[in-house]
Amino acid sequence: MTTTRRDFLAAAVTAAGAAVTPDLTRAQEHDHDHDHDHQVLPSDPALRVKALESLLVEKGLVDAAALDALVDAYEHKLGPRNGARVVARAWVDPAYKQRLLADATAAIAELGLASHQGERIVALENTPKLHNLIVCTLCSCYPWPLLGLPPRWYKSAPYRSRAVIDPRGVLREFGLDLPQGTEVRVWDSTSEVRYIVLPERPAGTENLNEEKLTALVTRDAMVGVAKVAFLPERGSA
Amino acid sequence: MNGVFDMGGMQCMGPIMYEKGEPVFHERWEGRMEALYRAMGVWRKWNIDASRHERNLIPPAEYLRNSYYESSVVQLLGLLVKRGVVTRAEIESGLPAPGSAKVSPALTPDAVMPLLARGTVASRDVQVAPTFKVGQHVRARNINPVSHTRLPRYARAKLGIVERDHGVFVFPDTNAQFLGEKPQHVYSVRFSARELWGQQAPAQDSVNLDLWDDYLELA
Repeated sequence: MTTTRRDFLAAAVTAAGAAVTPDLTRAQEHDHDHDHDHQVLPSDPALRVKALESLLVEKGLVDAAALDALVDAYEHKLGPRNGARVVARAWVDPAYKQRLLADATAAIAELGLASHQGERIVALENTPKLHNLIVCTLCSCYPWPLLGLPPRWYKSAPYRSRAVIDPRGVLREFGLDLPQGTEVRVWDSTSEVRYIVLPERPAGTENLNEEKLTALVTRDAMVGVAKVAFLPERGSA
Repeated sequence: MNGVFDMGGMQCMGPIMYEKGEPVFHERWEGRMEALYRAMGVWRKWNIDASRHERNLIPPAEYLRNSYYESSVVQLLGLLVKRGVVTRAEIESGLPAPGSAKVSPALTPDAVMPLLARGTVASRDVQVAPTFKVGQHVRARNINPVSHTRLPRYARAKLGIVERDHGVFVFPDTNAQFLGEKPQHVYSVRFSARELWGQQAPAQDSVNLDLWDDYLELA
C-alpha cells in the first residue's frame, strides 16, 4: 500500500491534466487543528483530502457539519438492512412481492425507504431455475439507497470485467456453484436504473417472522453473488 | 471514449478480492472524500455524466492502480478546476484567492438525508415517443465516440431483444459534454451469452444492458 500511495501523487497530477498540482497540502500550514506531523510529506491522499476540505470550507463551498452528516449517513443510516427489509416483506406478503416485481420504486417507497421521485429501481426474482446477478462494468453503479455504498470488490476490476463473460466462474469464487440447468442472467447497470435481487427464501424458515427473516438477508444475496443461508439453531425449528 | 474503465469481458484482472466484514470506509479520509464529492455535486456545476467522464479520463495505468477513493480525489480536483469552481492557484496554495467572495454552502446538514433519499434522478417527465417496442429485435450500434458513452464495447454491433421500456431518461453522451439532456427512452435489452461471447457460453445464459434509443437500431 505504501508504494500505491507514493505512486498516487504522481498519478493525481498527471490525471488532472497538469492543471492541478499536489501542493494542496500546503493548507496544513494554516490549520492548527490537525493531529499529524508538520514534516510529513504530502504523499498520502488523507492529507490531500484534508487540505481540499479546508480550502472548500474556507471558500464557503461546503459546510463541514454537512460532511459529518454525510459520513454518518454512509456509515450508519444507509446499508443492506434497508434492502433486507424489502426482501423479507416480499417473502411474507405475496401481494407486496407482486407489487415489488411490477414496480419496485413504488413498492420500496411504501416502506418509507426511498423517495418515490428517486431513482428507478427494478427487483429481480431468483428462483431455483433462474439466477440474477448485478454488476456495473463501466463504473460502480449500485442500489445504494437499499444496500449502502458498494463493497470494494464490487467496484474493482476483477468483478467488473468477468461478471458478464464468466458469471458462473465468478459465482464459484464466491462459493456458489450453480447447476448447469440454472439460467444465469447478468444485469449490467449502464443507466441510472438500479437493480436489486430478490433472493430465494431458504427452506426451513416457514415459522420465522419478518424481523427474523430480515436478519437472514445479506448484501451479497441482494447483489446475486450468494444465496440466503439458514442454519436452524439446535433444538428449534 | 474507448478506455480501460470499459471492463466488461476482460479476463486478465485477477481473482475477486473479497473482504469479510468490510467496513464502509477503510480510512477516515475515504469518508471525507465521498462526502466532499457529494456535497460539491449540489452546486450543479457538473452532472453525473460529466463526472463519470472525468474519472474515465484518468490514464489507464493510474486508473488500474488507484484505489476507488484515490481516483475520486483526481476526479473531484479535475471537475473543480475545469468547471471554474476553484482556480489552479487556489489548489496550489490551498488558500482562497485574495479578495475572492465567500459563498454560503449549497448543502446544509439538515438537507443531507433528503438528498440521499432522492438519489440521482435522471428520469424526465416529458413526452418522447419510444423508437422501439418490447419484444423487438434490435442491434446495438457500432459507435466509437471519443467523448462519453454508456454503450460498452462488448455489446456494440450485437443483437438483442427489447425486454422492458424503462421510460425517458437523460442521454449521457450529450449531457456529459453539457450539450443538453436529449431525453429519450431507455430499454433493458437482453443479449444471449452466445451472441456476446460465442458458442462456448452456456446456451441459456444472457446479459441485460440498459440502452438508450440512440444506441439501438432495428435488426
